[in-house]
Amino acid sequence: MIKHDIVIIGGGPAGMAAAAAAYDSGVKDVVIIDREEKLGGILKQCIHNGFGLHKLGKELTGPEYAAVYEKAVADRGIKVFYETMVTDISEGRTVTAQNSGGILKIEAKAVVLAMGCRERSRGALNIPGTRPAGVYSAGTAQKLINCMGYSVGKRVVILGSGDIGLIMARRMSLQGAKVEAVCEIMPYSGGLTRNIVQCLNDFGIPLYLSTTVAEIHGRERVEGVTVAQVDQNRRVIEETKRYIPCDTLLLSCGLIPENELTSTAGIPLSAVTSGALVDEHRQTEHEGIFACGNVLQVHDLVDYVSDEAEIAGKSAAEYVKGNLHSAVTVKTAAGNGVRYVLPQRVTVPPKEDISLFLRVTQPFGKVRYTVKSGDEVLAAAVRLKAAPGEMEKITVKAERFKNINEEITVSLEEVQ
Amino acid sequence: MYDVAIIGAGVIGGMVARELTKYRLSVCLLEKENDVACGASKANSGIVHGGYDPAPDTLKAKLNVIGVEKLFAAANKLNVPIKRNGSLVCAFSADEDKTVKELYERGIKNGVKGLKILSGNEARLEESNLSENVTSALLVTNAGIVCPYELTIAAVGNAMDNGAALRTNYEVTAIVKAEDGFRICSADGRQITAKYLINCAGCYADKIAELLGDKFFEIIPRAGEYMLLDKAEGKTVSHTVFQVPTKEGKGILVTPTVDGNLLTGPTALEVDSPENNETTLTGLDTVAALAKKSVPTVNFRNVITSFSGVRSSEKKGDFIIRASEKVENLIHVAAIDSPGLTSSVAIAEYTVDILKSIGAELRENPDFNGERENPHFFRTMSDEEKNEYIKAHPEYGRIVCRCEIVSEGEIRDAVKRNPPAHDIDGIKRRTRSGMGRCQGGFCSPFVAELLAEENNWPLETVTKKGKESYMFTGKL
Repeated sequence: MIKHDIVIIGGGPAGMAAAAAAYDSGVKDVVIIDREEKLGGILKQCIHNGFGLHKLGKELTGPEYAAVYEKAVADRGIKVFYETMVTDISEGRTVTAQNSGGILKIEAKAVVLAMGCRERSRGALNIPGTRPAGVYSAGTAQKLINCMGYSVGKRVVILGSGDIGLIMARRMSLQGAKVEAVCEIMPYSGGLTRNIVQCLNDFGIPLYLSTTVAEIHGRERVEGVTVAQVDQNRRVIEETKRYIPCDTLLLSCGLIPENELTSTAGIPLSAVTSGALVDEHRQTEHEGIFACGNVLQVHDLVDYVSDEAEIAGKSAAEYVKGNLHSAVTVKTAAGNGVRYVLPQRVTVPPKEDISLFLRVTQPFGKVRYTVKSGDEVLAAAVRLKAAPGEMEKITVKAERFKNINEEITVSLEEVQ
Repeated sequence: MYDVAIIGAGVIGGMVARELTKYRLSVCLLEKENDVACGASKANSGIVHGGYDPAPDTLKAKLNVIGVEKLFAAANKLNVPIKRNGSLVCAFSADEDKTVKELYERGIKNGVKGLKILSGNEARLEESNLSENVTSALLVTNAGIVCPYELTIAAVGNAMDNGAALRTNYEVTAIVKAEDGFRICSADGRQITAKYLINCAGCYADKIAELLGDKFFEIIPRAGEYMLLDKAEGKTVSHTVFQVPTKEGKGILVTPTVDGNLLTGPTALEVDSPENNETTLTGLDTVAALAKKSVPTVNFRNVITSFSGVRSSEKKGDFIIRASEKVENLIHVAAIDSPGLTSSVAIAEYTVDILKSIGAELRENPDFNGERENPHFFRTMSDEEKNEYIKAHPEYGRIVCRCEIVSEGEIRDAVKRNPPAHDIDGIKRRTRSGMGRCQGGFCSPFVAELLAEENNWPLETVTKKGKESYMFTGKL
């Protein structure tokens, strides 16, 4: 058994930022455990640009963004266990892991969960048809192309217009493949507007909304897919079925936080975010265990992952120093037009202003958000538009939480 | 010249091969796919059936009932996980209550032990998530679950360890009967000769019979669709939950698997070709609706994959296991649909008895070793044992498949051990790498690299399941 003050599980953007923030908050004995041989997580395969505009004030590629935080980790002398897989976290915060040196048991004063997320697979989507080679999740294809240097297909259909799907539509085109279509089962795209413009429109790739892949064809390698429009219940409309010949189907149909370790540890999860239930410190319902990044909630931009990880890292340090006492909390809830609010509970009264992060249920035009506890309005904000693909943040001043003891609800109404 | 050639490396071909290596015989197993267990043996319910279902005095009844314990014994020797979880055959109406009674009586007639009729409430005490609408159920305590492809791989592997040969991608297209035996030719121009020939070709058994002018039966390919759920759902039921059988099959079941997942299915649909194993929206919807009829709490949001398997049925409904009446030294082992897996060891022994009866000389092989090393030995170790083992074998410390926790060492083993894996799906069936909730999203690039490295192949030649199922379209 070895001991460390803070153990961070995952060395992607969340883990690296959390480690540096914990260190800077005065706890020097921080270690990162990562599965791969190099820090950076999925950023390593995201060779496109667009990272860092919010957080670092400049536009970087994924590996460049990762390098900034990798340097921060190295400069602080933070120890990293590479190619090490965590297999268990006990309630008493003993972390069990394994690597080519053997089995490690680390007793931690605080743990930060930063394992990221996985892609929804063909199986989970339950697309009927045959089971040939050539069906890839978009991220897997991205790794094969960008990190390993192999092309995965020549004629491609993409299901899902999330950001990875859009980025891969462009990547496949640049690599010489013909992208026949991007199909999106929802009536709107879940991706960032800038990605629709730069990755589809600029390459003349059609985006078909309310459309799904109804069947996969081909015995050994994909030979084509049947696409079809869907009704309001997302059921295939038979008469709209049409066949598109292709050798590859890429899936970009949502990301799922990888919380198997979390749930095995008995930490309660949210049914909506599939991440842990946390307070404003990103502390889970198990004391001393924090979560941040895509394992907590799937983010649109890595910049916001870094922000969230800094909160978790700093809070873990405060916890180790004995400054994070259990306190009275009030739950938050999603009201009209809002799918979820994170954190799911807040300390009252808090020491600092609290930012509430949320996603809306469907696209809206101009909206007014209201944060209320009982009849009391804690904050309000107007935005010119709202979309499920773009996370919203509303900050509530610390002093507004005085004398609050009822659930805090965030809701929206459309305004002219 | 081999003593015996077996066409088809499914669970039956594999078990027959293993049984034959108990004797001083040279045995060759011919398989048209890139791997063993690629037909019905990779895509079925994985159930050890009690034996109440087949009509008395059929071969199915006889081999099923004696087959249960033989299968448990063989699986234990082969280190294949098998579990006696018991099954419940549920009725939902007064009419179906009668069927339950009939099944009970049939079971008694077949010689099945451990049968009991439960009321709906008694059944719900056994299985708390069972539907309120279950009116009675047959409890079958000797029934169990086993992984069919692991069993097949182990049987073939053990046969190979004992000297049998395996030829994959060997699609038999012509068989010439000469004085001294059979000359068996493949589509790609290879040929072998053998004194005896055993037809275990599954859905193609009638085609093989036809090649020899002995087609006295016709295989009806019948597809069954399944949905497999995440391990998070694996404890929804502990028994295998059936509905009373119909003419088409044993109905939709809900069962835990030996690996801890939850399996639902199958449908039963006659298809025009054994290759017709695609899933359909209607089929998957049917599985979900009928599974919920028995167990309303099954959460289909947690499906991790769906698949379809094609069973080899025949209109008379019984197994066809007999020496050819037309062609000397030929044995057909055909129409092996359910309970074929349960009966597989009994079928193999029965087949070898036939071989003996037609004059084959069977001298015991004193070197035969019926045991097979557990391919999952590493995962059964305690943390302390793992630690020691990794110190000597560091490749077992490096995890490749994060969902199922499979190490690099186990993947390299799967390429080296009998029968060696040649493709990504082969690795998956042997190690469970890619079998979990991300379905190979994270591990398949690494698995492809290891497969290429172990075989000295360029990476772009790696396939998902042989032939034209290439993973890459070139190097950038």
